[in-house]
Formats: sequence, structure tokens, C-alpha cells
Amino acid sequence: MSEAREPRIVGFFCSWCTYTAADLAGVSRMKYAPNIRVIRVMCSGRIDPQFVLKAFACGADGVLIGGCHPGDCHYIEGNYKCLRRFRLLTRLLRDLGIEEGRCRLEWISAAEGDKVRTVVNDMAARLRALGPLDAPGRFRDWGKDLEELEHAMAGEGPGESSRAIEPARNE
Amino acid sequence: MGLAKGSPRTGFYICHCGTNIADTVDVDAVRRHAEELPGVVVSCDYKYMCSDPGQELIIQDIKEHRLERVVVAACSPLLHEATFRGAVERGGLNPFLFHMVNIREQDAWVHEDRAQATRKARDLIRAAIRRVAYHRPLERMRVGVNPNTLIIGGGIAGINAALNLSMAGKRVYLVEREPTIGGHMAKYDKTFPTLDCAACILTPKMSAVRDSRNIVLWTYSEVEKIDGYIGNFRVQVRRKPRYVDEETCVGCMQCVDACIYKDARFPSEFELGLKKRKPVYMPFPQAVPPVVAIDPKTCLHFKTGKCKEPCKEACARDSIRFDQREVVEEIEVGQIIVATGFQTFDPARLPQYGYGEFPNVYTSLEIERLVNASGPTGGQVLLRNGQVPQSVGILHCVGSRDENTNRWCSTVCCMTALKLAHLVKEHTGATVYSFYIDMRCTGKGYEEFYDRMMREGVQFVRGRVGEVRDWEMAPEEEGKLVLRVEDTLAGFVRRIPVDLVILAVGMEPRADAEAVQRMLHISRSNDGFFLERHPKLAPVETTTDGVYLAGCCQGPKDIPSAVAQGSAAAAHVLAMISKGHIELEPNTVAVLDDCSGCKTCIPLCPYHALTLNEESKKAQVNLALCKGCGTCAAACPSGSITQNLFEDEQIDAEIEETLAHV
Repeated sequence: MSEAREPRIVGFFCSWCTYTAADLAGVSRMKYAPNIRVIRVMCSGRIDPQFVLKAFACGADGVLIGGCHPGDCHYIEGNYKCLRRFRLLTRLLRDLGIEEGRCRLEWISAAEGDKVRTVVNDMAARLRALGPLDAPGRFRDWGKDLEELEHAMAGEGPGESSRAIEPARNE
Repeated sequence: MGLAKGSPRTGFYICHCGTNIADTVDVDAVRRHAEELPGVVVSCDYKYMCSDPGQELIIQDIKEHRLERVVVAACSPLLHEATFRGAVERGGLNPFLFHMVNIREQDAWVHEDRAQATRKARDLIRAAIRRVAYHRPLERMRVGVNPNTLIIGGGIAGINAALNLSMAGKRVYLVEREPTIGGHMAKYDKTFPTLDCAACILTPKMSAVRDSRNIVLWTYSEVEKIDGYIGNFRVQVRRKPRYVDEETCVGCMQCVDACIYKDARFPSEFELGLKKRKPVYMPFPQAVPPVVAIDPKTCLHFKTGKCKEPCKEACARDSIRFDQREVVEEIEVGQIIVATGFQTFDPARLPQYGYGEFPNVYTSLEIERLVNASGPTGGQVLLRNGQVPQSVGILHCVGSRDENTNRWCSTVCCMTALKLAHLVKEHTGATVYSFYIDMRCTGKGYEEFYDRMMREGVQFVRGRVGEVRDWEMAPEEEGKLVLRVEDTLAGFVRRIPVDLVILAVGMEPRADAEAVQRMLHISRSNDGFFLERHPKLAPVETTTDGVYLAGCCQGPKDIPSAVAQGSAAAAHVLAMISKGHIELEPNTVAVLDDCSGCKTCIPLCPYHALTLNEESKKAQVNLALCKGCGTCAAACPSGSITQNLFEDEQIDAEIEETLAHV
């Protein structure tokens, strides 16, 4: 099913700059990839790295964080705090085996409707090339490995273990 | 329509927005999808949800179906969240038990594939319906509004706003960078299309500013720093020394006459360098305040310290103060009007027009000074050699409607060019050519003025001039500037020799617009002018509450529009002052009981709203200072800080539902 393979992007946009820019893209009738679902926050400083991890865990193929340009933050410096967390998060994601480019931080001002368009399009294209991340599937595989390991340690045969963990389907 | 256990009774409404949404999103499919979701007891669609009948639907349903939550899928919450919150409140429900889904600006308008757009809408509304279950009733906090207002920029827009506010008895701080108020309008000779003398209509207003008890006028001053928020801004204004006591100087000009420099030899800023001034000078005779200024860059006292200071001696009122120092004033205001104006395009950027290369190529602003009776030539339009021009070419759209410089139309240059055509013709009797791309005369009486110019015999040539050169190819071109232009109506290239060239230069954002933008936390549009909150419905407000725009800092406009915008900004300010308080969004943070007192959050808060309560050893928040950015909530290692309307559970619910496979 080709539709299911379309990458899914979760956007966390700050209300003052990037969310407003996305509205401007709409008012200007720019067209971009329909893969993104935007969640509005007041400031990019509100974006807890856990939101990003949660999005990946729930099946997102990419996460786009949008904030005001450095120096333009409505809350003085929330975007710098976002940047600090993003840098750290990037390292963590790398260690988790999540490819670079799946989590992206962009400064998009309220006037840059066109940048919303190009960034979303570009991200959708890159994620298509990377293929699905499918973290929920990976978790299941890891769970399967662990369980097999446990069974092996308990001295049970592999035959029974395969029954115990039905390959899960998309519900 | 199952009511799952624990799910609050939710009403869902989806708007067609005429065909704006319905054309791209299958509204009915989304409505049916919502109907199946837990807790949804009402799911309906309507042509225009924001209309009165649309809002009435919500109000009735809240009562009839005992709704506990409301979700509306329509345009951007930045546009209509307040509208629907109002409806929810009128229905008797707390307005924050509501969430809005943006399926117009961020869905229907940006996607073409109907199936994909509908799918996106379904994901978004599902997320909202899950999220809203976690909402709780909130109260808006009220804070008082300081009735004083800061106006940055003393051009006609700022002056008009100041006068409106002063008429209402409100205190205004009017801060102007130049030694006098008046702005660009003070430089103009006549105003189109009525040909009123600009000074005759402007200077009474300038004097009214000076005479008003409610207006504190600080010229030669710049706003340095702005802190705070609507109702309570703290502002620092740097007042540059003019080395003259403003209180006692009456502008008698004795000091100017006495200056050690017998001749004026420094270019006058006001006269655009077309006239000279002395180090001690009055920008122009009707300057407000009518006080001289001393330019330390050219004054001998400051340059060498060896001046006999005859100005000091000449002053009967002892107003010359060489020891004057810069002063930083601190004021508190409730609201701010930004009226910083524009700058004209520098035509040296277009070398093909020969500005700066050929002495008889002028900008339209320079010609304004030349035709002005109090200008450098006493109102005569003369070539640099003192002769009267026989033929004049006026080029429209210099630095406007041009991919290589500024793409926008500056809106007023066509009329300025027509006005100058009339004035130059009147002053010199010369043949005037006007080179235009399109004639844009869109104000009241403007088209009629264009008609009049055609009858007066101005030669109109449709085409953008390619270049201005002094190469002669025929005897009649000798000693002339030759304009090469494709006459697009006649269909061939012409060479037109003239004595004088006027470049109708466009308007651009001021060079320091970026610094002002940052200081005020407002935005700029792609062209660099300050961005209004909404291009149609909020052309005066900005995205920062309590900061308003007036005049050309927001975009090119003519005098009546700048005046109207100044008054509009003043009306906004007055509305807020007479209300007396503002209601703050309740998206502030709260510290939960399980705070361990680790103090991670305290240095993160840019507003110092968080402190450690020494008794309880827990963080505490000062709600009057918290602006609701939520950065502390993101950082708290134990999740003990929550941000109202952006709680972890609410955002988590959104993440889960937008990604759910349904």
C-alpha cells in the first residue's frame, strides 16, 4: 500500500513566528506536501525533547521544530533554549539509530511563508528517500528479541516463543 | 456516537468557510469521523461557523446537550479563537474548555489533493477532540493599563496620533530622532491632488504638538530599550545633547548669525545637501521645537576647542550649553505606536540613470526642495549652471516594481511625479515628459488630477527608461541628457533629449528597521516593512499586544492614509486606556506539589518569574511576571511545572492522535 509508506511529519511550531508563517503560506495559497501535522506551542522553548521522542515512538517518520530567528524570540530567548535542547537531542537520536534529518530545527519568521513550503517539501522528499522509521515496529522487534532471549535462557524451544509473539499489524 | 467512559461530552463543529474549506476538504466525511469519536455527542457542519447563526449553534448545543467541551475546525486560531471562545462563554461554559483546529490556512489552502487534505483534517480534529478532554477551566488575569503612550517617530502619522491622544487628555511621549518633528512631509512643497502647501497644513499641527500640555516632545532622541508588555512597558530613551537649552532658547537665530563661520559651509541635512548650514543651525524656519542645535562634528569648539564662541556671547538668554551631556530618560507607558516612517530609494544603485554622475539628475525629493519657496533656490527650478531648464524628463518607478531593486509599487510616486510635472511646468514653462509603466492614481481626486495634467500638456510616454546618457547622436541632443526609452504605445525606441531629469524614487523600509523590529519583538514582511497583525482586519496592530503601527513604516502610503492610520492607532490606544485593564491569556505556568526544589527552572525564566520559596523549598511562580512561554515546563526534570493550555497531557494527546492509524 503506497499511501501507508508516505512519511508522516509532526511539526511543533511556535505561535508567533513559524505558526504565523504557516498561516501566511495558506493565505498566499502556496502548495506543499500534506504530510505534516502541526502542533502549536507558544514558544519553541516549550518543546520538551520528550515530545519529539514521543512523536517518533508513536510512528512519526520526521519531526520539524519551527521557531523564531535568533534574536527575534517573542519571549526574548526561548529559541536559544530550544537550540540547546535540540543539539543534545540530536546526539541522543543518533545513538538511538534515528537518522539525521528525521528531526529538524528551522528558524522561520512570520513573514517567511515560502520557507514553510520549501522546508516541508524538502523534508517530505528526504524522508521518502530515507524510508519509514517505524519505531513502533522496531519496538515490537526488540520486544521479540528480548522475549526469545528470555525463553532461550529459560531453556525453552524457539517453537513456542514464535507463537507467543504474534507479529502485530497496524490496528 | 458512543460516550466512552470518562470522556467529557464534546461538541464538534466544522466550518465550510463558504467554499474555502469545503472545496478541498470533504467536510461531511470529517464530520462523520468525529461523530464516531469517544465523547462526541454533537457533530455538525455549517457554512460559516464564525457568523452569528454559526456561533448560535454552539451556544444552543451547550445548553441543550449539556456540552462540557467544544472543538471547532475552521480557520486559524490566530484569527477566530477569540470569537469562538466568546461563543463558548456565552453558552455558559468556561471559554478555555475549547480548542480550535486550523483546517483552512494550514490544510485546505495549502493542499490540492482532496483525499490527502481530508485525511489531514481527520487527524487534526481527532487530536483536538482527545486534547480538549484534558482542558480545565481557567480564569484570565487582569492587570491595569498605564494610560501613558510612547510614539516613536514624529512624522505626520506620529504627530496625528499624538494630537488625537492629547485631545483625549492622555499623556504622550513623542520621540523623534531628528532635531525637529515633521518628517518627510515637512520637506514637500505642495501636496497632491489639491496642491495645498504642505507646510501650511503641517506646521499648525507641529505647533499644536509643541503647545499641547499632554505631549512630552523629545526630539534629537532615540528609543534605546523596551521591556515589559501591554499596559506596562518600561522604556529607555537616549536624548542626544544639542548643546542648547531647549527650555530657554526661543529660536531667535542670533547665535547662528554670530557663528565664527561667517558663511554656511556644511551640507544641510534637511535640504538634502542642496543648501549649506553653519555648525549651529535651525533645520528649517518652522522647526518644532523652534530651537537651534549645534552639530559637534562641524563646530569648532568641539573640533579644536579653540573657538572664541561668539554664539555664546550673542545669546541674550544664555542658552548655549557646551557642557550638555547625553541623558537617558526612563519612562513607563502602557502602549506604543511605531511611526518610524520610510527612506527614499537611493538611485545610485541604478547607475544607468546617472544619478551622481550627471549633475542635472535629481531625485523627486530634491526637486520638492527646489520648487519650495523657502528651499535652497527660493523656489526656482534651476540647472546646476543656474539656467532654467527648457525640457524635463520625469522617470516613474525608480526603485519600485523592479526585480533588481524593490519589487513593490511605492503607491505614491505616480502622483508625486504628476504633481512635480505640474509644479516644474508652472515654475519654468519647460516641456515635461513623464515616463511611466502604468499610471497608478487610485486615491480620491487622483485620476482627475492625471486628467488635468494631460490637459496641461505634459507629454506622457509609456515605457521604462533604459538609460540616461550624455552621448549626442544628433544636433538637438548637444549638451543635453538623452533618455533612451521604448515607447510601448508607439512600438519603437525613442531618444528624448532633456535638460533636467527627475527620478521619482520609491519608498523603502528604513535602514534600521531590523533593530527597531527586534527591540519591539514585532515582525517584518518580506519587503522589510513592519508586519501588521492581519493584512485585512488588523492593519494597525502587530503580533505584539500594545504595539501599533502608523504610517509608512508599515508600507508605502500617501499622506491621508498615514494620517488615518495614525488616528486608528490612537483609537486602539484609547480603547485600551478607557477599558482600564487588560485580560492576560491564562497560559501561565503552575508549579505542582511534587517539585523537588532542584532550581533548574529558575535561571531559565527570562522574566524572573520563578523563585525558590525558602520555606517550602519548592519553586514558586509570580503570575504577574510569567508571560507563558513554557520554557520552564519543558525543562523541569520531574515534570512538576505545567503550562496552562499547553500541558504535557494535552500535547501528548495531540501527538498520539495525529499519528494514530485510523
